[in-house]
Amino acid sequence: MKFFEIIDQIEQTDPEFVERISPRRDAIKNMTGFGTKLAVAAMPFALSALLKKAYGQTPSAAVLTTLNIALRLEYFEAAFYNTAVASATLIPAADKTSYFTPIAAHENAHVNFLKTALGANALAKPADTSYDFTAGGNFNTVFTDYNTFLAVSQALEDTGVRAYKGQAGVLLKEQVYLTAALNIHSVEARHAAAIRYLRKQKGVNIKPWITGANDLGVAAAGNTYIGEDNTTQAGVDITKLAGASANTTISVSAATEAFDEPLTTAQVVAAVTPFKVTFS
Amino acid sequence: MKTLLDTDVNVNMARRSFLRYAGVGAAALTGVMAIESCSKHNDDNITPVGTIDIGGGDVGILNYAYALEQLEAAFYIQIALTPYSGITSAETALLTDIRDHEVAHRQFFKAAIGANAIGSLSVDFSSIDFSSRASVLGAAQAFEDTGVSAYNGAGYLIQSVDYLALAGKIVSVEARHASYIRNLLSGGSFTDQNLLDADAKDKSASIANVLPIANKYLKVKVSAASFNYIP
Repeated sequence: MKFFEIIDQIEQTDPEFVERISPRRDAIKNMTGFGTKLAVAAMPFALSALLKKAYGQTPSAAVLTTLNIALRLEYFEAAFYNTAVASATLIPAADKTSYFTPIAAHENAHVNFLKTALGANALAKPADTSYDFTAGGNFNTVFTDYNTFLAVSQALEDTGVRAYKGQAGVLLKEQVYLTAALNIHSVEARHAAAIRYLRKQKGVNIKPWITGANDLGVAAAGNTYIGEDNTTQAGVDITKLAGASANTTISVSAATEAFDEPLTTAQVVAAVTPFKVTFS
Repeated sequence: MKTLLDTDVNVNMARRSFLRYAGVGAAALTGVMAIESCSKHNDDNITPVGTIDIGGGDVGILNYAYALEQLEAAFYIQIALTPYSGITSAETALLTDIRDHEVAHRQFFKAAIGANAIGSLSVDFSSIDFSSRASVLGAAQAFEDTGVSAYNGAGYLIQSVDYLALAGKIVSVEARHASYIRNLLSGGSFTDQNLLDADAKDKSASIANVLPIANKYLKVKVSAASFNYIP
């Protein structure tokens, strides 16, 4: 019986396999129970049952709700970037190649991933024209002025990061879904930092990380950055902690930058409602 | 082969039940310790004298993060002390920011874990040429990408919703660092082909995959007996 060698081999292809089957202890237990009774020839069938359990779980209602919140935002982001990339004049060619074509592709991939994960429970895709990318007239030049587009992109990416972060608790210990959400969450953060850095290179006073409250400097984005000026984590005042050099403490700016803050579902709704992203 | 099937253990036994077998609780400097494990290549493993074990449960995960943040903080402190040749003022400013973020993370974990925290780790950066921009930024990229995959991979192991939230607050900052460093090395490489999977997701990594990388830079190695990793 080379069961564990089989697992080792699957691990070569899917390094997360052992992690993946971890919550399926019963499945493993059943497997080992079968093993003593079944002929070796029957093992492939038992193994496929195990694989189904590892990869084909049915999400709980709470998980479905959270995944659909993510899907709403990804639909919106994908529509936003697809529209922008389709414009021949908005984005300079070099930035389109290096930044926004890949970002658009990622958001579309996230949509597809979430739709697949949700299956029949996936919300239908709203028409791209259902959104108001100007956010009620606050960003009227979003698809004609590159700097405005960059600012809105930054706000959307930072919102995405914060929205995923705020849903993590729902997915506590949900190995498959939490890990997937985290793996998307960090990609949104990579996007956000890249767009911020792009803006910085164009002379905007911004950093790849979020400093204090609303460093976008656009009042209309207040709901996106609410709470980012927090300096206390799990009861620890970060500004009282020892800094890098002797006799220094962590600056307020560094304390806010070092921890991205989550948005609750209600805060996400408030942040994206101006764009006519609907949650009903 | 019969024993594998009859002992009512599974491939994750070490993670779940190691502490029960070994009879230790909090993180500790472990001495010689026999490990019982069902995985073939783990048979007869012995924790080497003088490794530092992160412990089990949420304390173990927090110590894991603390170890990685210690490493990152020490790395960026060294960059600030001995800047690479040709460093620009903009790079100095943002790399100093990153240093301060990592120090904040390090000190936060130390404070949050309290008495159960592992000690200060001694680093060995002899494989990094701190005078070379390519060497430093290449190492920085590896540290940041590894950090992201480590947090992402350990998230589901966290039992406390508050600690999960904390890990979430930190991992996106590490991803921001990674994005910036990657763009410094090569514009537009903030997410390149090899980094993400087919769904445009980051690739998370298990503790057993991450600690061997971290240990390359540590004088006293870190182990994670409760999470299936003994150096």
